[in-house]
Amino acid sequence: MKVSLFITCLADVFYPNVGISVVEVLKRNGVEVDFPAEQTCCGQPAFNSGYQKDAKEAARQLIKAFEKSEIVVTPSGSCASMIRHYYPGLFKEEPVWLEKAQKLVDKTYEFSEFLVKILKVEMSDLKLPGKATYHQSCHMARGLGIKEEPKALLGQVEGLEVVDLPYCNDCCGFGGTFAAKMSEISEKMVDEKIRNIESTGAEILIGSDMGCLMNIGGRLNRTQKDIKVMHVAEVLAQGGKQ
Amino acid sequence: MSTQRLPFHERVEKALADPVLKKAVPLAQDKFRAGRIAAAELVGNFEEWRDHVSAIRMHTIENLDSYIEQFATNVRKKGGHVHFADTADEAVQIITGIAKEKGAKTVVKSKSMVSEEMHLNKHLEEMGVRVVETDLGEYIIQLADETPSHLIAPAIHKTRKEVSELFSEVAGRQLSQETTELCSFAREKLREEFLNADIGISGCNFAVAESGSVVLISNEGNARLTTTLPKTHIVMMGMERIVPGWQELDMVVSMLTRSATGQKISVYVTGINSPRKEADLDGPDDVHIVIIDNGRSKILGTAYQEALKCIRCGACLNVCPVYRHIGGHAYGGVYSGPIGAVLSPLFDGYEEFKELPYASSLCGACTEVCPVKIPLHELLIEHRKDEVEQGFTPASEKLAFKGFGYVTSHPTVYDLAVKMAHTGMGVMAKDGVITSGPGMLGGWTDVRDLPQPAKQSFRDWWKKEGKDRG
Repeated sequence: MKVSLFITCLADVFYPNVGISVVEVLKRNGVEVDFPAEQTCCGQPAFNSGYQKDAKEAARQLIKAFEKSEIVVTPSGSCASMIRHYYPGLFKEEPVWLEKAQKLVDKTYEFSEFLVKILKVEMSDLKLPGKATYHQSCHMARGLGIKEEPKALLGQVEGLEVVDLPYCNDCCGFGGTFAAKMSEISEKMVDEKIRNIESTGAEILIGSDMGCLMNIGGRLNRTQKDIKVMHVAEVLAQGGKQ
Repeated sequence: MSTQRLPFHERVEKALADPVLKKAVPLAQDKFRAGRIAAAELVGNFEEWRDHVSAIRMHTIENLDSYIEQFATNVRKKGGHVHFADTADEAVQIITGIAKEKGAKTVVKSKSMVSEEMHLNKHLEEMGVRVVETDLGEYIIQLADETPSHLIAPAIHKTRKEVSELFSEVAGRQLSQETTELCSFAREKLREEFLNADIGISGCNFAVAESGSVVLISNEGNARLTTTLPKTHIVMMGMERIVPGWQELDMVVSMLTRSATGQKISVYVTGINSPRKEADLDGPDDVHIVIIDNGRSKILGTAYQEALKCIRCGACLNVCPVYRHIGGHAYGGVYSGPIGAVLSPLFDGYEEFKELPYASSLCGACTEVCPVKIPLHELLIEHRKDEVEQGFTPASEKLAFKGFGYVTSHPTVYDLAVKMAHTGMGVMAKDGVITSGPGMLGGWTDVRDLPQPAKQSFRDWWKKEGKDRG
């Protein structure tokens, strides 16, 4: 099976290790990976801020970049949700592009979703000792309906104890530009999230969206809390090395 | 219609600094959330109910004109009076006109959010009419001279101590902080008011078109007393409160109470069919129904039309992580939470409420619980789009997103930007961390650190070694 990786702008620029991990995990499970270099960003920052014309420029580029791909996998529930829910609407008045957008929608999967639903992986050689909790990101859980898949994958990692996170349905306060525009509200939200994370006694916070993890991680850093932040792909990749 | 006094960010700051809100709102939210979830589980196929009730509401909104006509005709047939108010001012004129005609000295009111849209109490008081709110929460905030901070729990922000102080002042003696004592004081005091009032004013949860009936949902019994004891009953009804018939009402009420408090049914469901008939033991001689538009009809046929499906259950407030921290007053309008952030700019414009659509992380919790499936967070995105198109966003932001559009649609430029990110942003970084940034970035770094962009981006890694690994 051949898969094209949509890295997402955040992982590309700030968290390349997430992408490297995705490549490693996919490869270990017998998947061939390519990376269409023409890809940029899904356009969500502009779309959510109300700049739909500018978002459309980005969307058009992404559609072009993956036109030849059979399957697109991305390590972000939020970006996958952007494509799935809003791309068709963006091109509703351009039939040719609407069809192209729909094609991308139909072949795009979030990382955990792809591993569990399409690849149906059973990994038995993963080991990573530690106590962790999982942050369920809103766009992934509500937008894509993916809640159990990442947990199922984490359950395949020997030695990793994953504790339920109280108030797991509540947003961490990221919300893209919300975190900067409404920083005073976002601060209270991320602090509450961190209190809940701390209450689990976890030493690792695992997530599926680098936006959320950048927010929570950034606040953990600022408040000097010693909790490690990892993407699901990083956990699986690291687990494979031990 | 707005009750805001301070600019948005000052309202937020005030709310965030309020120690009472900080405790009370999450507690109330947790209680309501748990109630809703338990009620939904008992139903089993709750999602099907949502689909069904959403369809009922949508159908009603799409055929509002004919249903209102049917409702009004049926009310008149049975001896009730129907008034139409296009604006808040017109509604005030109609109601103060009735009060004048009746020579009213005292009005008792059961809960009505639509009356808040026109500050009705203030207008009645200005003409010398005493107004007494009889919903316990509304009574408390009336004494405190405040506005509701939650759709169904208007005094969510008041502590028992504060309530005791307010009630003690009315009583002329010191009351304890015990709930039973405070409630029995309110009950005694309000009973007196019910018996003496000239007019009862109620809201209208639903208006049944097929029979011309007004249906009120309450837990305290005050709505019944308000609509039964005074000689005149005035109903204030938002024009979208219609349901086609009793069968639809059954479904809609079931979803309202379950979504609001988790109750299978409220303690009282009151249907008012007509003024007092000869054989009736009680009831008002005169019933006036004021059907209020006040900005609603201009929402019909727009991208925001679904907001009119709202049945005012407050479920979106109860799950909202933003409401959780700022409470209702910070929203500045009559309606708070996600539905308030959608409605206030529609009713009063972006000049007054341009920040509200942005006071959301777009987490979608509201949309997920809405019993009538209003796509709340998507309507907030729609507002943002309209604000951009109508020029309500700063020029610098516009320019930034124009740049975003250009860079993201030109892969070679994007490539270069990614290459430069590490060094470019590196000037702000220390040990790989940015703790203070300019402009929009400053909002981020006020609260949290930002990592310096990686020395080697993913795309560079891929070019150098990933390709072979892929």
